[in-house]
Amino acid sequence: MTMNSARKAMIVAAFAGLSLGQSVSAIASGEAVALKEHDWTFAGPMGTYDRAAQQRGFQVYKEVCSACHGLKYIAFRNLTEIGLTEDEVKAIAAEYTVAGDVDEYGDPTERPGRTEDYLPSPFPNANAARFSNNGALPPDLSLITKARVGGPNYLYSLLTGYVDQPDDFDLGEGLTYNAYFPGHQIAMAMPLFEDAVEYADGTPATVEQLAEDVTVFLNWAAEPELEARHELGLRVMLFMLALTILVYFSNKKVWADIKKKKDDA
Amino acid sequence: MSESKFQPKSKIVQWIEYRLPIFSLMHAAVGPGYPTPKNLNYWWNFGSLAGLVLVVQIITGIVLAMHYTPTADLAFASVEHIMRDVNYGWLLRYVHANGGSMFFIVVYIHIFRGLYYGSYKAPRELLWMLGVVILLLMMATAFMGYVLPWGQMSFWGATVITSMFGAIPFIGDAILAFLWGDFAVGNATLNRFFSLHYLLPFVIVGVVILHMWALHQHGSNNPLGIDTKGPQDKVPFHPYYTAKDAFGVTVFIMFFAAMVFYEPNLLGHPDNYIPADRLSTPGHIVPEWYYLPFYAILRAITFDISIPGTNIVIITAKLAGVILMLGSILVLFLLPWLDFSKVRSATFRPLYKQIYWLLVIDVIVLGYVGAQKPEGILPTVGLIATAYYFIHFLVLMPIISKVEKPKPLPESISNPVIKAAE
Ligand code: HEC
Ligand code: HEM
Repeated sequence: MTMNSARKAMIVAAFAGLSLGQSVSAIASGEAVALKEHDWTFAGPMGTYDRAAQQRGFQVYKEVCSACHGLKYIAFRNLTEIGLTEDEVKAIAAEYTVAGDVDEYGDPTERPGRTEDYLPSPFPNANAARFSNNGALPPDLSLITKARVGGPNYLYSLLTGYVDQPDDFDLGEGLTYNAYFPGHQIAMAMPLFEDAVEYADGTPATVEQLAEDVTVFLNWAAEPELEARHELGLRVMLFMLALTILVYFSNKKVWADIKKKKDDA
Repeated sequence: MSESKFQPKSKIVQWIEYRLPIFSLMHAAVGPGYPTPKNLNYWWNFGSLAGLVLVVQIITGIVLAMHYTPTADLAFASVEHIMRDVNYGWLLRYVHANGGSMFFIVVYIHIFRGLYYGSYKAPRELLWMLGVVILLLMMATAFMGYVLPWGQMSFWGATVITSMFGAIPFIGDAILAFLWGDFAVGNATLNRFFSLHYLLPFVIVGVVILHMWALHQHGSNNPLGIDTKGPQDKVPFHPYYTAKDAFGVTVFIMFFAAMVFYEPNLLGHPDNYIPADRLSTPGHIVPEWYYLPFYAILRAITFDISIPGTNIVIITAKLAGVILMLGSILVLFLLPWLDFSKVRSATFRPLYKQIYWLLVIDVIVLGYVGAQKPEGILPTVGLIATAYYFIHFLVLMPIISKVEKPKPLPESISNPVIKAAE
């Protein structure tokens, strides 16, 4: 009867609805530029972060990006999740100076950072940040991979996308050409150069390597729950699959007498 | 397989039942005491799924509200606090955020089921109309919920959608100030939206109870669209449909879980991970996917409508859009009286079946147009698709129901021999 075609069409409709959601996000950022596709270890349903890459990425953030960009939703204590030890984290926190309580005279104080503190942002407010960056605002990077279409692929492409501008391109004052930034003129000069940092594990610090590592780190900053999510997801899916099979056969059994009568009739 | 009488064996149940007849109520509502057509197909699973999602939204929402802060300064950060610091907070939030989408997927399928099988016809007109009320309440609830995380799309979506009311002549500005509690979307708006977002789901529960009550009066429609003729056409709800609904639930949860665990942001918008900023307007403001067809209708009219031969504008383009968008939902209330065919199921209505599928395509086209910037031929496509939407309900449906010759109906559900066949 028609039910089969009806069912098929409705399923198609449902998925068309779903994919609309996707096309919405793809369109939102203006013209679409094909991003560099990278094989991330955290992609896919079983993906996890590469600890060594996360730690190298933190080093890149700390030594390069943190001059201009904050990471305000990350506390030092969170860094144990990327495989640093408690002592290492304590030592890193202590390198920073943060605002302490007011003293007995009511004056502000400063103290070394502790693990429960959040990473300090480089500028006290947006105006100060703009003042130091030709009027452009370097965004906080805590959520950057979730806040851009293309996520980690966009970030990686952006960081490795400082190519020579086309001859006829009219570049604004203080701006740099970037193949992937919407509009192609970005107020951030190319932040990564070969050997911009010296990796402790001896990994050659090419621009691609630096960009890849900092992207892994920043993706973790945006989605620190990713590994827990994937792990719980697998358990839930397996459990639900077993339950579904069980319920399917129960339902079949419940209906057996009715179906049988129908066939006899 | 007729109605079974409720005769509890347990002494405790008898004691309670004598004082508060709640067990017999359950027995008659979802138990063996509720006779149901025996030929329902899987399209009938979506009602129970909608009920499930409503419960999930309320439970996850109440727990989220324990950690959420509804002020413009702290809302965004409090959602990040939920995502990062609250135990399983990411799970709660992703279930709730995706639950909104799941609710609409399920309810849209439920509605199109009703359109195909003529479930809006006598004697189920009020049942259908209560459903449309639920749809309106859901839209309001989800809209206000989307404002709560106070990201860029929250803020600008709220600004665009509430501004619609400004198009109402004379009192538009007063309504806006009343909605916003300020001269723009701001802290006061966020506060009241949170309050209403907490309230409306419980109003939905109330209307759902009425919806179920009306349903039980005449029972479910069925794929053949003919009335049940006697006990041989029915089975008791329990265990037959409890088992079948349970199967639907487990399959649905797998789909839901796959979204939550593997693509939790697929249906969301990246801009909503940027904190609201009244000084920077996103390049392209789009509502959540489930509003897109209505958003296309809202933007369909791009010209002011004036008295012919003069320059006197009677309806601005903006007001026309608002009227059409509201009309696109309100027209659903009239459906039972726009379709004169006595035959319910599209299975036996060759012409109606064709326009039904055209409507499905039309709504998908509207959804597509709603997602795009209004450039090139898209506004024209949007206008045509909007016109067709109304033509479907106001012109084609009444005419077809008069001129169409339905196929012969089966004798009964248990005896699918075609009546007056050959
Ligand atoms: C000298 C200051 C400076 C440094 C160092 C710097 N940035 Fe930026 N960054 C900026 C400014 C300014 C902007 C704003 C650009 C604009 O809006 O045109 C920006 C923007 C960005 C953006 C947003 C682009 C978009 O799509 O809006 C990302 C992502 C980014 N930076 C990542 C990084 C990373 C990763 C590093 C470290 C490897 C880094 N930045 C180092 C100044 C800097
Ligand atoms: C009809 C049922 C409901 C629907 C359709 C719904 C829908 C939504 C949506 C779409 C969001 C935005 C999610 C996001 O993008 O972050 C949201 C957020 C929220 N909702 Fe609901 N909701 C419902 C019921 C409730 C209830 C009963 C509560 C209880 C108070 C609640 C509390 C919240 C809170 C606190 C947020 C903000 C946190 C967040 O953004 O994740 N919701 N809701």
